[in-house]
Amino acid sequence: MDGAPQSTSKDSLVSRRTMEIVVAILLMGGGGVVMFDSWRVGIGWQTEGPQSGYFPFYVGLLIVAASAVTLVQAILSRQSASVSFVSKPQFKLVLSVLIPAIIFVIAVRYIGLYMSAAIFIAVFMTWLGRYGWRMTVPIAIGIPVLLFFVFELWFLLPLPKGPLETWLGY
Amino acid sequence: MEDLSALLHGFGVVLTPYNLILIFVGIILGVIIGVLPGLGGANGVAILLPLTFTMPPASAIIMLSCIYWGALFGGAITSILFNIPGEPWSVATTFDGHPMAQQGRAGEALTAAFTSSFFGAFVAVIVITFLAPLVAKFALRFGPAEFFAVQFLAFCSFIGIGRGAAAKTLAAMMIGFALAAVGLDTVTGRLRLTFGSMELLRGFNFLIAVIGLFGIGEILITIEEGLAFKGRTAALNIKIVLQTWKDLTRYWATSIRSAVIGCWMGISPAGATPASFMSYGIAKRMSKRGARFGTGEIEGVVAPETAAHAAGTAALLPMLTLGIPGSPTAAVLLGGLLVWGLQPGPLLFVEQKDFVWGLIASMYIGNIAGLIIVLTCVPWFAAILRIPFSIIAPVILVICAVGAYTVNNAVIDIWVMMGFGVVGYVFRKLDYQLAPLVLALVLGDQAEESFRQAMLGSQGSLSAFWANGLVGTIMTLSVIVLFWPAISALGAKLRGGGTADRIAGD
Repeated sequence: MDGAPQSTSKDSLVSRRTMEIVVAILLMGGGGVVMFDSWRVGIGWQTEGPQSGYFPFYVGLLIVAASAVTLVQAILSRQSASVSFVSKPQFKLVLSVLIPAIIFVIAVRYIGLYMSAAIFIAVFMTWLGRYGWRMTVPIAIGIPVLLFFVFELWFLLPLPKGPLETWLGY
Repeated sequence: MEDLSALLHGFGVVLTPYNLILIFVGIILGVIIGVLPGLGGANGVAILLPLTFTMPPASAIIMLSCIYWGALFGGAITSILFNIPGEPWSVATTFDGHPMAQQGRAGEALTAAFTSSFFGAFVAVIVITFLAPLVAKFALRFGPAEFFAVQFLAFCSFIGIGRGAAAKTLAAMMIGFALAAVGLDTVTGRLRLTFGSMELLRGFNFLIAVIGLFGIGEILITIEEGLAFKGRTAALNIKIVLQTWKDLTRYWATSIRSAVIGCWMGISPAGATPASFMSYGIAKRMSKRGARFGTGEIEGVVAPETAAHAAGTAALLPMLTLGIPGSPTAAVLLGGLLVWGLQPGPLLFVEQKDFVWGLIASMYIGNIAGLIIVLTCVPWFAAILRIPFSIIAPVILVICAVGAYTVNNAVIDIWVMMGFGVVGYVFRKLDYQLAPLVLALVLGDQAEESFRQAMLGSQGSLSAFWANGLVGTIMTLSVIVLFWPAISALGAKLRGGGTADRIAGD
């Protein structure tokens, strides 16, 4: 009930059943890694009590077991094969947020958070929102300036800064 | 009466100008957070938590808990006007709330929702006031086995009476435990699950996980629906409020029943979401107008809202007394307590009287303030939702990144947050529950420690958990709760009818 409404449209990119299977297998792999590393640090009992892997080993085991159940259920399920996990237009929209966001995070390291945020908001608004510069510029500049006042000056929490801030003397 | 004087003392703590301002700021921020897509109670509090590190703990928790109340109120606005449940527990509110708005009765629906929320929360606060000290006193006798048993009960409740497929809930929960285990094992001092990486040494911080799973995940889910929200307008004036209040008196039985369901579900950490569904389902069966539920019945707004707020508030009781949060937001607040150097649990009531009673007193004032603020400011809050998503989305993303960064002042955490965001998106779409994952991540170390200590006592035998009446009862109860769907189905079969109670499971 939490998820988005599921469509059975023709332009489905990937079916829900495929995703169920992929995620279940990935989780089983992850659970396996947890079990393996727990086994490496010791899952037994030593003189002063349980070893480091004692607890996580069973956690990993339960991940594998629970995901195996999900996997079998997904394989046996006939109905979810026709249900779409995400359609092509939907996935395009998701990527249109995700890719600029990733570039934003990369940029933080080089030009600081304030500059990256301004560019990110501006690009997002003009490209996806199709706003003119009159609307975009105040928001793209205003939000980072507001962040600067709240974090840097008011709460004294420094955020990553780049060449512009250095040039301005911060 | 010892508690009453403690409560009065608590009011003394709260009623300073500084704290009163924090209450109002918290409520308003909370409603905005509850209304905005991508910002919910849990990650709103997670983002703002680092800002409170410099405040006195009592003031900090007062503001953060007020954000929580505000977010609970805000969820109702989006459900009724926009048919978008801002939080999972507002889903049931959309069933009758949005049809009412479509019929032009938005004001009525909102007044009913806010008033019911307030009533539910108020009942829960009274329950906390009188029950929490008793629970805390009782829990002073708890040893590691008992603490693990209570945590075990909390996690079994998720699987047994929570929503969704049991295997997925179990998997999500165990992922939380596995993430909590990453890094230094505090008992033996060994590194585990770090695979030689320096970055993994610190382990996974739950604040970053919450911001990613709930914040970024939510944005990715929301963007799928396109960029525009279509909503109804609301006119709220004093006449509508008073008229609705008069009407509401007819539903006193529903209100009280829903508040009791909410308190019960909030304390036994099934949480606000199943509470709201269960309350809605029961109201539908008990009401004379039950058949018309879903077409805009005011009682269909009263029932889920009362229960959700009662549960959301009551969730703080086990958090304060036992250190076990009943909801993701309570889990974040619990993490805050740890950061401020306060150990949640029974000793809090002995050692930190000012803090505990200040918080409880602030719940009374916060909810009254909240009711007044939402009733008077609905149009402004609704206007926030009319801001196009192509402006909101990048701004919220930047705020989430700032929130993730400020936890440890590390850029790598922004990457971790993005990773959790993608996981949150996929998990939400495949109906993996995020709440048990977050709770397990927060409680993982504690649960493991009490488990290991209990095991030490019994030299590795599980009999430690049935060693005395108390721990045995809790463990047995947990197992019953864990297999509750199977037990109730079996019971229904034995009775020969197909009338298994499936409300809690759907």
